[in-house]
Amino acid sequence: MRTQNNKAWFFVLPVLLLVAFNALIPMMTVVNYSVQETFGNNVFFWEGLRWFEELLNSDRFHAALGRQFLFTGLILLIEVPLGIIIALSMPRKGPWVPVCLVLMALPMLIPWNVVGAMWNIFTLPDIGLLGYLMNTTLGIEYDMTQSPFAAWATIITMDVWHWTSLVVLLSYAGLVSIPDAYYQAAKIDGASPFKVFRYIQLPKMKQVLTIAILLRFMDSFNIYTEVFVLTGGGPGNSTTLLSIDLVKIALGQFDLGPAAAMSLIYFAITLLVSWLFYTLMTKDDAK
Amino acid sequence: MAKITLSKLRHSYMANPASPDDYALKQIDLDWSDGGAYALLGPSGCGKSTLLNIISGLLMPSEGQVLFDDRDVTAFPPDQRNIAQVFQFPVIYDTMTVFDNLAFPLRNRGVDEARVAERVTEIATMLEVTDMLGTKAAGLSPDNKQKISMGRGLVRDDVNVVMFDEPLTVIDPHLKWKLRSKLKELHQKLRATMIYVTHDQTEALTFADQVVVMQDGEIVQIGTPVELFERPAHTFVGHFIGSPGMNVLAAEMRDGGAFLNGHHIALDGAVTAQEGAPQIGIRPEFVQISDTGLPATVRKVADIGRHSVVEAMVGDTAIKAITEGTAPQQGAAVHLQFQQNQTRLYRDGWLATEGRPT
Repeated sequence: MRTQNNKAWFFVLPVLLLVAFNALIPMMTVVNYSVQETFGNNVFFWEGLRWFEELLNSDRFHAALGRQFLFTGLILLIEVPLGIIIALSMPRKGPWVPVCLVLMALPMLIPWNVVGAMWNIFTLPDIGLLGYLMNTTLGIEYDMTQSPFAAWATIITMDVWHWTSLVVLLSYAGLVSIPDAYYQAAKIDGASPFKVFRYIQLPKMKQVLTIAILLRFMDSFNIYTEVFVLTGGGPGNSTTLLSIDLVKIALGQFDLGPAAAMSLIYFAITLLVSWLFYTLMTKDDAK
Repeated sequence: MAKITLSKLRHSYMANPASPDDYALKQIDLDWSDGGAYALLGPSGCGKSTLLNIISGLLMPSEGQVLFDDRDVTAFPPDQRNIAQVFQFPVIYDTMTVFDNLAFPLRNRGVDEARVAERVTEIATMLEVTDMLGTKAAGLSPDNKQKISMGRGLVRDDVNVVMFDEPLTVIDPHLKWKLRSKLKELHQKLRATMIYVTHDQTEALTFADQVVVMQDGEIVQIGTPVELFERPAHTFVGHFIGSPGMNVLAAEMRDGGAFLNGHHIALDGAVTAQEGAPQIGIRPEFVQISDTGLPATVRKVADIGRHSVVEAMVGDTAIKAITEGTAPQQGAAVHLQFQQNQTRLYRDGWLATEGRPT
């Protein structure tokens, strides 16, 4: 028999209100802008789906989207394996554990714009430590403001430096949760270190790694501050990622309609990829 | 299969052990004969898991040697000792199928696939898991997972000893019985040396031919289940085995006899030790409530189904007796009689009466 108890709604209501005010209502204003044109003075004209059509056919958007996927793909390819390797080589017991954990957590505690500014100064060709070392000491031409390759190398390195720790800490949490008996059984079964990784450590880390990859995907796909402070999207448009392009359109050109349409598409892509990835990764567990 | 000898084994988890209390294992000398079924019984923290890990090679003893068939293997890592161990919590490789799980120890040793398939099928039939061979091991119930981890130990036919470290801890009570008899059956079929660690006396007594009782890092007694029940070498064994455990009663020695609360108690056999605090040990099973004998007052009666446990006071001493049929009322004045051939004297905890030749 099913009993109806409507009291539950009273407990859900506060959350519903909160979500409405901090997510749904602001988003609805974006939806509102995305189908209109304005020339200021709070005067709006109906445009329908024009901004969406224009955007989806624009080379500028395609290029920014491509750069965004390239950036996210590269940092995931580097941070995930690197994070796992570091987590594997960290001590599981003893006095060095807290030291390692604090060292790992440090980069993540630094505010994003400070990270950008730090790396900006660090790489200045004349006075920055890295810039000076590369150009003067080693004789390798390295100038972010001139070479797109140098700019890309720097934003990737910066992100790896800033966020590999997240993968490390999550993987480490997964590793320490493996009971000793598993390693002992593997020893007795004569398993090689690779097999221990493949059949014990990796399966036990799967869930935390899914979360780590998901978080890194969302964060890096939406990255703005660090890259903006470091390169401003340059040289040229070479490091103009989606978010940087969006801000240029919205605040630089004050094209509120196209910017709103772009925001919605941007959001939809992030959501879609995250959902696809999470569904695929957890498909087996549900069975 | 092999005979296993532990010679002058001592182990401490401290870097510089000074007093005997620093040792988790204090001097163990023990022979496990080939093909025997042994149980290692003792309360938590008595050192039984330490001893097991030393035999399997997961732990290096501080002192002493481990010999397999008179060959010193003390310095060998686990995979070179050809042993198998089943742990408290089932260890299975989640991403593999049941078949691959069972095949894992063989494949790691480079056994050819035909032989692997043959052995896996054989073991799966014995464990009655043939219908699960194709399924992922992750979704199995705890008792089936534990069967698979046992199977991984038994699949190698050259294994020297199979060790079980409290393997039924996470198994539902009604399945424990099944799994335990399965294990006994496997032992009879495979004739492998098996060592079963547990703190549960029922598990130990049903599984093993020989039970090794440990306390505080020492072996207190080795014997068959009957020996442990009838002639506990130490009051600890008396307490630990049996439900309820042996009555251990402070006694007085005078005129060559034992006295309890002023009443003479007839002992089984001659007294062999004259020193140390005397105690009389008798199991509740051998205390009868009758019309004559030691006068006592019933303090508590617990009906545990087929029989009742009566707790009676003789002076300040509580004595437990097991009675079949109608038990006396609480507060009733009764008389207790000790069955003489089961009444033993202990001095400082150790058995101090001769055994009658049987």
